[in-house]
Amino acid sequence: MPDVALSRPGLPARMFRSLHLPLNDRFALFGLAVYAVFVLTAIFADQIAPYDPTEILYTPEYDLAADLRPGEDGFILGTTSLGRDIFSQIVHGTRSALLIGITAAFMVALIGSIVGLVSGYFGGWIDAILMRLADIAFGIPFLPFVVVLAAFLEPSIWNVVIAMALVLWRDTARVIRSQVLTLRARSYVDAARVSGSSDLKIIMRHIAPNILPLSFLYGSIAIGWAILTEASISFLGFGDPQSISWGYMLQDAFASQALAKQAYYWFVPPGICIILVVSAGFFITRGYENLLFPKLGR
Amino acid sequence: MPHLKAAASRTLQLALVLWAVVTILFLMFRLMPGNPMAAYIDPTFTAEQQQALMAQFGLDKPLWEQYFIYLGNLLQGELGQSFRYREPVAERIFTLLPNTLILTFSSLIVAYAFGILAGAYLAWRRGSAVEKAAIPLVLTTRAMPEFWLGMVLLAIFSFWLGWFPAGGTRPAGASYGSLWALYTSREFLSYLALPALTLAIYSQGLPLLLMRSNMLDVMKEDFVTMARIKGLSNWTVVVRHAARNALLPVMTSFAIAVGYQLQGNVVVETVFSWPGLGRELVRAVSASDYPLAQGAFLMIAVVVILMNLIADLLYAFLDPRVSHA
Repeated sequence: MPDVALSRPGLPARMFRSLHLPLNDRFALFGLAVYAVFVLTAIFADQIAPYDPTEILYTPEYDLAADLRPGEDGFILGTTSLGRDIFSQIVHGTRSALLIGITAAFMVALIGSIVGLVSGYFGGWIDAILMRLADIAFGIPFLPFVVVLAAFLEPSIWNVVIAMALVLWRDTARVIRSQVLTLRARSYVDAARVSGSSDLKIIMRHIAPNILPLSFLYGSIAIGWAILTEASISFLGFGDPQSISWGYMLQDAFASQALAKQAYYWFVPPGICIILVVSAGFFITRGYENLLFPKLGR
Repeated sequence: MPHLKAAASRTLQLALVLWAVVTILFLMFRLMPGNPMAAYIDPTFTAEQQQALMAQFGLDKPLWEQYFIYLGNLLQGELGQSFRYREPVAERIFTLLPNTLILTFSSLIVAYAFGILAGAYLAWRRGSAVEKAAIPLVLTTRAMPEFWLGMVLLAIFSFWLGWFPAGGTRPAGASYGSLWALYTSREFLSYLALPALTLAIYSQGLPLLLMRSNMLDVMKEDFVTMARIKGLSNWTVVVRHAARNALLPVMTSFAIAVGYQLQGNVVVETVFSWPGLGRELVRAVSASDYPLAQGAFLMIAVVVILMNLIADLLYAFLDPRVSHA
């Protein structure tokens, strides 16, 4: 990388580069493109959606616009049994999906990275305690746990984020810990220690930057998990009734007999959106793995 | 005997995990907002029933004492009375468990049979157009919400084509002499088909990807090169030499997959009205039937932890190179 020596890029550019985005993998690029489209849709949802997603709509003849097929009376994807515009719901669904996905992924990557760093760097009894906690987290069935949590907390999309933060840090923490174990044994870390750097400084300066791509990798897996979990929880009826999400749409369709009515236009699009976003995350992750661990590349 | 010692220490470790999960469950249900007795007593129970449950679970005693009573009761399989069914939770759970296990195992057997064959095939045809198209496709099946796949299959094969019933395990009003008679009847199979297919489509990705990457590893090993040098046919090399060795880790992943599957069951059982543990957990939580919710969650956790243990032990016993450090 000769350009590094020639010009010293600004901080944003350096941070962007330190993420090592997999830009030469076709599937990863597709994934990044899907993400870009969904983020833009979420930002401009109010401009894109023709109606308020919860508004009950009427036809020009002043009848309830219920169960209209796609294209009828100008509704792109038709309407629900309550007379709401399906296309507008899909557009607004991107917001809760991305909100949940990104916050949950951030929490999982943050907690997992901190636990992994502390556990791997300090070792000893701290490591023993943290890894036993990870064992316990592995013993908790995740989706049933979110369901039980919903019994006590108000129905809200944040339950999913809380549950993920409480349980799913385990995978990230284990991987980061083993990575830290190998980093700690490197000679430059010894050199830093001998020259009097504090533990905090060694962790922040010499170890944390090297595990950043791994945290990012596990974070992007967690985005998919969060969106799938939110969809399942909303589908089971424990979601936030105030916010429109793809899981809520599927639950609404299921409860309104959309299957028997053969209303594919209602329950297929939200599923496709979920698959697109989640598989985009998978593709980006795979591109990442090939970049970070070229030996695994096959 | 390093094996036995390692197995014993792993078993002990997971017993501690189970104890921790049980404790978390206790704290969650006791510290929830509202009436502290709500975990076991429904206001519509008769006064005598309420008294009996108070005594049985020591609900008027301090929290730490309640905790030991709770542990003691658990060890005797006493989980309280279901609010809705008015019967012991343990009884309810053991009537539902077989349904869940049958669904789980039948779907996983299909998923593993397919995944192993397809994974071996894709490793063999590495770099071909088929492989290039198949891998993203498999990743996509992993990205599907299982309940959505269930809804689509239900809409097509049940409501449109009418090939399969829409939910449950038996025709309305049908009764069978025994569970065995039900599970071996033709109707039961037609009820099982769609939920099992849904779960199988989701689960085949794990054995498939695992089998493929193991095959690729094994094919690089010396004994495979040796077999090629001996002039054995491609088929013999792939099937007799490589596949047999690649299969081992895939088989141990079966136990882990059972644990994952139980989580997926929560939504898929709900879509197909399949009377299993997962659906019961959801219904119990919706109806604030706390004893049943606790019991169902605990049963699922026990199976998950047990399967983790089986996977660990199998792995260590089948592959002596695995260290126990």
